[in-house]
Amino acid sequence: MPKGKVYFEEDMCKGCSLCVSFCPQHILYQDKTTINKSGYNIIRVSEPEKCIGCAFCAMMCPDSVIKVEVDK
Amino acid sequence: MEVKYQKTKGLTDKKLSYCPGCTHGIVHKLVGETLEELGMIGDAIGVASVGCSVFSYEFFNCDMQQAPHGRACAEATGIKRVRPDNIVFTYQGDGDLASIGIAETIHAANRGENITVIFINNAIYGMTGGQMAPTTLIGQRTTTSQDGRNQVLTGSPIKISEIFSQIDGVAYLERVSVTNPKQLIKAKKAIKKAFTYQKEKRGFTLIEVLSTCPVNWGMTPVDALKWVESNMVPVFPLGVFKDAGEKNV
Amino acid sequence: MAKVLMKGNEAIAVAALKGGVDAFFGYPITPQNEIPEYLSKHLLAAGKVFVQAESEVAAINMVYGAAGAGARVMTSSSSPGIALKQEGISYIAGAELPCVIVSVMRGGPGLGGIQPSQADYYQATRGGGNGDYQLIVYAPETIQETIDIMKESFDIADYYRNPVLVLVDGLIGQMMETVDFEKPVKKRFIPAKDYATTGTANHPGRNIVNSLFLDPVELEQHNLQLQKKYQQIKNNETKYEMINMENPEYVIVAYGTMSRICRSAIESLKEEGIEVGMIRPISLWPYPKAAFNEIPSGVKGILCAEMSMGQMLDDVMISDKGRHEIGFYGRVGGMVPEPEEIVDAIKNFKDKVVK
Repeated sequence: MPKGKVYFEEDMCKGCSLCVSFCPQHILYQDKTTINKSGYNIIRVSEPEKCIGCAFCAMMCPDSVIKVEVDK
Repeated sequence: MEVKYQKTKGLTDKKLSYCPGCTHGIVHKLVGETLEELGMIGDAIGVASVGCSVFSYEFFNCDMQQAPHGRACAEATGIKRVRPDNIVFTYQGDGDLASIGIAETIHAANRGENITVIFINNAIYGMTGGQMAPTTLIGQRTTTSQDGRNQVLTGSPIKISEIFSQIDGVAYLERVSVTNPKQLIKAKKAIKKAFTYQKEKRGFTLIEVLSTCPVNWGMTPVDALKWVESNMVPVFPLGVFKDAGEKNV
Repeated sequence: MAKVLMKGNEAIAVAALKGGVDAFFGYPITPQNEIPEYLSKHLLAAGKVFVQAESEVAAINMVYGAAGAGARVMTSSSSPGIALKQEGISYIAGAELPCVIVSVMRGGPGLGGIQPSQADYYQATRGGGNGDYQLIVYAPETIQETIDIMKESFDIADYYRNPVLVLVDGLIGQMMETVDFEKPVKKRFIPAKDYATTGTANHPGRNIVNSLFLDPVELEQHNLQLQKKYQQIKNNETKYEMINMENPEYVIVAYGTMSRICRSAIESLKEEGIEVGMIRPISLWPYPKAAFNEIPSGVKGILCAEMSMGQMLDDVMISDKGRHEIGFYGRVGGMVPEPEEIVDAIKNFKDKVVK
C-alpha cells in the first residue's frame, strides 16, 4: 500500500466536507472547534498513517486547497 | 515523497467566489488542469458569461473576456476569427447558454466555430437566487416555481446535448458529471478531448457538465451530488452524444 | 486612384478597407445591404474576416470579442438593427474597446419604413444602452465626406478606445456621387494594443476585457475615467461647418441629408434678398456647442431642420442658451423635403419672429 500525506491550505477551505465524504480510508473529519479566517470549520486528518495517497480528497475539493504527496 | 496532486497553474491564486461545495470549483480545476497539461495556458483566451461564473475571468489563469448574458459564443466567435491560432473557450451556465444565449450558441455550433464550450447544467439560476431555469426538472421547486416546475405552464427541461448532437458543425459533444472521482476523471478526459479537437481545428466542441447548487437546492454539498445522480442523470443521461472523429478535420 | 462614381453604401465598404478594417460582423437589413455584400467578397479575398451573424445582437458581440482581441472591427446596420445592438455597444464602451459602427437610418418607430430618415438622432447621441457612456458620432452630408470620415474613424476609435458611430441615412447610402478614395485624412499615433487578449504567451501578465466592477468605488472611478476621456474627445474631435455666416438674418441648423437640402434653400433665399446662414454639425457627439457662440449679432432666429420630429432640437436649444428665438421644421417617415419647403419654413418663421 503506498503511503500518502495530505496538506490543507486551511484559510482557503470553505468546509464543504466533500473531501471527508470521499476519503476511502475515512480518516478526514471536520473539526467543529476550530474556524479559519473565513469562518469555516477546518478539516483535519485523524489517522495520518492510514493515508494511501489516492488524492480523492484533493480531486473532489472545489477550492483546490488540498495537496497530496505520495511515497511510491 | 512526490507530489501526486496540487492546485493547477491553470487557475489563479484568487479565492473562488462560489458557495461551499459548489461543483463550479471542480469544473474550473478540470479546465485549468487541461490547459496546463496540454500546454495551452499561454495561448488560451476564455470568455466568462453572466451568472455565478461571471467572475471566472478572475480564476482562469489566461487572457479572458467577460461577455454580456448569453453572448459568450458570439464573443468567442469574434475572438477566434481574428485569432484562429489561439485556444478559445467559453464557460457558461444553463441560464446563460440554454435560455438567453441559445441562439448565439446554436449558430456558433452550426458555423462549426472552432471553439470549446464548457456548459454547466445545475438545473437552476444560482446567481440571482434560485429561480427556475430551462433545465429545471419537472416538479423541482425553485423561487419561481414554488409548487414545483409545471410542465403544462413551463415546458420540460431542455436537453442541450441531445439538440446539439443534430448539428453538423459539432465535432465533439459529451455530457458528464463530477459526482465522484470516477466521473470526474471521465469529465476531465472529455474536456481534454474537446480542447484537443479544437487544437486540431475540427470544429465546435461542447462539454455539458451536470453540476450542483447546494445552496439553492437546499441541500448539503454531499446530498447535492447524490441528487445529481438520482434525479438529474435519469433526465440528462451521461455519455458521448457526438464524436465526428476525423470527419471534421 | 482617380475619381470614381460610386454608390454611398459601397463607398462606405471601400473606405472601411482603406481604413484598415480586419473584420466585419453584421446581419442583413435594408437600406445598408450593399455594405456587407461588398465586404463579404473583398474581405475574404484579402484573407480577412467576414461573418454574417445570426442576429444584430450576435454581430455586435462578435465585434466586442474581436475588438477585445485587438483587431480593427466594424459592423453596419439600420435603425431597428442598431436598436438591437445597444446592449453590446454599452459593453464595448464600458470595456473601452475600439470599433466602427455604421448606421444607415430609416424611418421609425418600430419596423417603420425603409426610406431615408434622421429619426435616430437620440439613438445615436443618447444611446439605448445602459450606463453613462458616449459614442463618437459623425453625420456626413456627402459620399466624399462619408469616405473621409470612415477612413479616419478607425484611427479615432483606436486612439480613444471608444466606438465611433458613422450616421448616414438611406439617401446617402443609396445615391451615387463621384468620389476620391485617396484624399488624405488626419493621421493619429495609435499606441500598441497592450490591452488585447492575444494569449499570455504574447504579452506580460493577463489581459482581461471586462465592464464589470461590483465595488461602487471602483465603478465610480471607472466612470470618472470615462468622463475624462469624453472631455478629451469633446476638446479634440468636434467637427462642424459654418455656411454663409458673414451677415445672416436667420440661421439654419441641419446635418446630413437635411443640410444638403438647406444649402439649396439658402441659395434661393439669397436670390430673394434673405440672408440665411447655416451651422452644420458634422460630429453629433460631441455636439458643436461652440459654433453657437460664433453666431453674429443681428441674427433674429434659429431654425432647426431635421428629418425627424425634432430630436437635435434639444441640442440646439442647449447650445443657444436662450439667446435666440428657435423654430423647427421636420419631415418624417421617409419623406425627404424639397428645398422650397425650407424656403417656406424660413419665411413662416420670419413672420412669426417679426410678429
